[in-house]
Amino acid sequence: MPRIPLTWLAEHVELPAGLTAEQLAADLVRVGLEEEAIHAAAVTGPLVVGEVVELTPEPQKNGKTINWCRVDVGPEHNEPGGDPRGIVCGAHNFVVGDRVVVALPGAVLPGPFAIASRKTYGHVSDGMICSARELGLGEDHTGIIVLSELGLDAPVGTDARELLGLGEEVLEINVTPDRGYCFSMRGVAREYGLSTGAVFTDHGLPSGDERPAGGGFAVEIDDVAPIHGVPGADRFVAQVVRGVRANDPSPAWMQRRLQQAGMRPISLAVDVTNYVMLDLGQPLHAYDLAHLSEPIVVRRANAGERIRTLDDVDRALDPEDLLITDSPGGVRGARPIGLAAVMGGGDSEVSATTTDLLVEAAHFDPITVARAARRHKLPSEAAKRFERGADPALPPVAVARTVALLVEHGGGVAGPLTDLDRRVPVPSFELALDLPARLVGVPFTADEVRATLVSIGCEVADAGADAVTVTAPSWRPDLVAGVDLVEEVARLRGYDAIPSTLPVAPAGAGLTAGQRARRSVARALAEAGLVEVLSYPFVGTDQLDALGLPVDDARRRAVKLVNPLSDEQPYLRTNLLVTLLDTARRNVSRGENDLAIFELGLVTRPVEGAPAAPRLPGGVRPSDEELAAIDAAVPPQPRRVAGVLAGVREPAGWWGPGRRADHTDAIAAARLVADVVGVELTASADADHAPWHPGRCARLTTADGTLVGHAGELHPNVVTALGLPARAAAFELDLDVVLAAASPDPVQAVPVSTFPVNKEDVALVVASSVPAADVLDVVRVGAAASPVGDVVEEVRLFDVYTGPQVGEEHKSLAFSLRLRAADRTLTAQESATVRESIVAEAHRRFGASLRA
Amino acid sequence: MSDDTALSPLDADGIESAVEDALKALAAAADLDALKSARLEHVGERSPIALANRAIGGLAPADKATAGKLLGQAKGRLARALADRQAELEAERDQRVLVEESVDVTLPTDRHPRGARHPLEALSERIADFFVAMGWEIAEGPELEAEWFNFDALNFGVDHPARQMQDTFFVDQPGLVLRTHTSPVQARTLLERELPVYIACPGKVFRTDELDATHTPVFHQVEGLAIDKGLTMAHLKGTLDHFAQAIFGPEARTRLRPSFFPFTEPSAEMDLWFPQKKGGPGWIEWGGCGMVNPHVLRAVGVDPEVYSGFAFGMGIERTLMLRHGIADMHDMVEGDVRFSLQFGTEI
Repeated sequence: MPRIPLTWLAEHVELPAGLTAEQLAADLVRVGLEEEAIHAAAVTGPLVVGEVVELTPEPQKNGKTINWCRVDVGPEHNEPGGDPRGIVCGAHNFVVGDRVVVALPGAVLPGPFAIASRKTYGHVSDGMICSARELGLGEDHTGIIVLSELGLDAPVGTDARELLGLGEEVLEINVTPDRGYCFSMRGVAREYGLSTGAVFTDHGLPSGDERPAGGGFAVEIDDVAPIHGVPGADRFVAQVVRGVRANDPSPAWMQRRLQQAGMRPISLAVDVTNYVMLDLGQPLHAYDLAHLSEPIVVRRANAGERIRTLDDVDRALDPEDLLITDSPGGVRGARPIGLAAVMGGGDSEVSATTTDLLVEAAHFDPITVARAARRHKLPSEAAKRFERGADPALPPVAVARTVALLVEHGGGVAGPLTDLDRRVPVPSFELALDLPARLVGVPFTADEVRATLVSIGCEVADAGADAVTVTAPSWRPDLVAGVDLVEEVARLRGYDAIPSTLPVAPAGAGLTAGQRARRSVARALAEAGLVEVLSYPFVGTDQLDALGLPVDDARRRAVKLVNPLSDEQPYLRTNLLVTLLDTARRNVSRGENDLAIFELGLVTRPVEGAPAAPRLPGGVRPSDEELAAIDAAVPPQPRRVAGVLAGVREPAGWWGPGRRADHTDAIAAARLVADVVGVELTASADADHAPWHPGRCARLTTADGTLVGHAGELHPNVVTALGLPARAAAFELDLDVVLAAASPDPVQAVPVSTFPVNKEDVALVVASSVPAADVLDVVRVGAAASPVGDVVEEVRLFDVYTGPQVGEEHKSLAFSLRLRAADRTLTAQESATVRESIVAEAHRRFGASLRA
Repeated sequence: MSDDTALSPLDADGIESAVEDALKALAAAADLDALKSARLEHVGERSPIALANRAIGGLAPADKATAGKLLGQAKGRLARALADRQAELEAERDQRVLVEESVDVTLPTDRHPRGARHPLEALSERIADFFVAMGWEIAEGPELEAEWFNFDALNFGVDHPARQMQDTFFVDQPGLVLRTHTSPVQARTLLERELPVYIACPGKVFRTDELDATHTPVFHQVEGLAIDKGLTMAHLKGTLDHFAQAIFGPEARTRLRPSFFPFTEPSAEMDLWFPQKKGGPGWIEWGGCGMVNPHVLRAVGVDPEVYSGFAFGMGIERTLMLRHGIADMHDMVEGDVRFSLQFGTEI
């Protein structure tokens, strides 16, 4: 993002004396330019101009020769008594009498590198004579800076930080995509003026002198495939400059400014084009005129065409790419010499022998540039400006400025100018003068609105009593509708002026049943001692393998990320346990061996053969069919709840022994989830569902048999693979299915009987293979079928016995019953008939007998 | 018992003396066992009073009434004394037993490990409650979202630089992305619901940022959207101020700064005045907001000439970090139970 050296900004707008970068940031943020960073001065502490007064070469044992120098750094900095300072220097590119840059003890150079007096080569060196690289002024480390070589001179003792621009803080700002014009000193200065009222001078306005007089380099724009009907280029300005020392270094002040702005100085031709771009916001390009053949043709790439760009990469071109081409051998547009606004081509680049230049500034279509920069992954400085919208009035001004700087600093003569101008007038639009007040809530007057618009450069004409017709200035392509101007009025009049008024919404319906139920589920699990965690939904094949999922398991059909953060985890989770178990593993590895965690979240279950989402434009409501097509393309994302319980569930303590988590904890937690919303789950054994233990996994269904999920002990292989405590248990339920099974109707209450309760126990002996749930079911059915009717208030299975008393392959299940009638006291005889009915039913179904 | 010691039922002095003896004995009983012995001796079936009472039957009818009265009074006094002493001694015993039953109430009682909600979820719910209390409703949408909802409907054109700024996760099914913000729920809601609409949408969002102290690729936002007739930025500011105070306390203030979002115009960044800011109190960025862009309204079939509205969004992680002094994002995303346990179930 753009870096703003204050001294440079000051060329466009009056800055108050002593303005700090911090204050500048505060002034700019008010109008929407946010501070990104304040770059500290490159050098702090004493850095002064010194004159070498003595120089004694001293050969060393290591073969090097050092120079023992006396340097006059002015009365303020010389040694007490006025003697020049003694400094050891390894460079040899200077002589007595040269003015140099001296860092004195206490100075801090980029690095940071603190300067102090130190003993070296048998002397006390009392400072350092600096090279360009040591000051962060470039890569030059072949010798120290001799000021005269930079065209600089100043008395000894002068602050060299100021002289070289090294003491200046630089503000880096963040420019939002609608403010492309703020990628320039011109644009930022304009905003500073608008924010503070400081006088802004626009150096980007055409002076009228930039008119071609004929004889310019031939240029054609021939776009046969405009995107959205907008030609790739609507302006192309080019001017010939002959006899320029294009490869000379640019002047020191320009180099310094480029560095402050974050660019590396290269050569006069390159530096000047970059400088003018940073200054005005217009990207420019300089071609070696000797290698160009008329005419230049701006056109789209042909299928299969290639270009070798100046980074020496041979690139395949897309027919949407906009090219600058020339016509060697008279073949019109035959040779690509640049990918418009993205990168130049190698063939026409300024080289060491270049003396004649063609300076180009164009206006390219933002979308064409944005797509090309993205396609070729070349986010150039030029592309950054064009894709946000550059000022189409700037090219001639920028070319004139560039040519003037080249001539001034590189000699040469300006040649003829070409200005191919295909701009279409910017459409004006209407603004209701009360719209700003209506949308912002501040009573702006019509005059305030008009004045604000004029201040940002709009042309404003009355359109009836209550509206104006507005033409946006050329540098504001973002202003296309009334609301855009509302923002201008609001921000320039100040967002601080907006009052604070709480709107009154109509009465709402509160949380939905589903939202309430989810909260209840999470809270119930937390209150049952489970800790809620969140995990990323990204998974890899190895994680699915660790769960032991079969190759054809539906949970392996996952949506894949095109650009995952980690190539090891490119898929979106299809179940919660896969990531929750990873979280469990992390906790265990951190010493949390006793663990009860849960997570609520979405999983993604792609449907095979689902249609692709249609591409539809914004700004228009799609048809119902189109919306249905979008929804059909979005994979189902059911909401799940899963938990992992491992290690000690109830700790041992002074009260006695504890208890480790097992499959029952997982099943109980799963049942709790359903209980919270009034759904009863039915459990049945599932011997074949990873990642569970084949003999300890409950398949959980709703009353109508719909699968809700699974719970039980994890498979020992999974436990081992994840390093979890032995016998770790887990559950995962589809919460959407649970909620769908919940009755939407209020519970209808059964009156509470006040007659006494009769208690009965019954122990039934059945074959070991009969599931307890089935026997429990029979107990209920048998009791309901008794002659006294259904008087069972509660049945509890309170004991399971296997052993000699019941015979091999059998077990005894003991139930306690609470019997109570709604309308009378049950007699002992009546209770006995219930018991008998139960035994009879159990015998009929399972051949059960009453335990003796 | 020999006859010469037998007490005559008419011997008033003897009866009085026997009663006195009995009262002394009852009073002297030090505990319930001693009281039982004293009762047997002085009030029991073989006691002088009881025997004298039994002897009334042998008296002349004329004497029966006198003896009955004498002994009746004597028995009454003894029964009262016995009951009183019994109550006294039982109270003493109870007192002693309860003291003996004392336990160390400072022994640990954590037989059942505690659970906890994740603070991000708890905070999301608290935020939802705030909006529900104002009559707003809570809307939701999918996390793997159609690009049209995530971008196009929100005025992020295919070639708009803002679409590139979002660091989007793309998937192998064209036209779908992991939603980069909760804003697609705005569009979904406006297509589904009748106007006016006042909704908040908390939820997970995704950006391709590597996890570090201040970034996470998966985070949570809450989106607010109000579309009605006559809504202005002042209503936006009022809602934000009220919200900030609900979450950060009555001193909280917000500030709007001009900014840019494709789906709002005017747009603003929202700063929160933060007294605990590192290096001294100051403004810190809390979220983005603005007036809903007419393009967005048109994309969902709402007439921008009739309706206006505002939208805002902020990170729940950031809110949690500010509110609870959390320095590092890792703690919020790694699922370490020790982090969640600090918060319990309310926040």
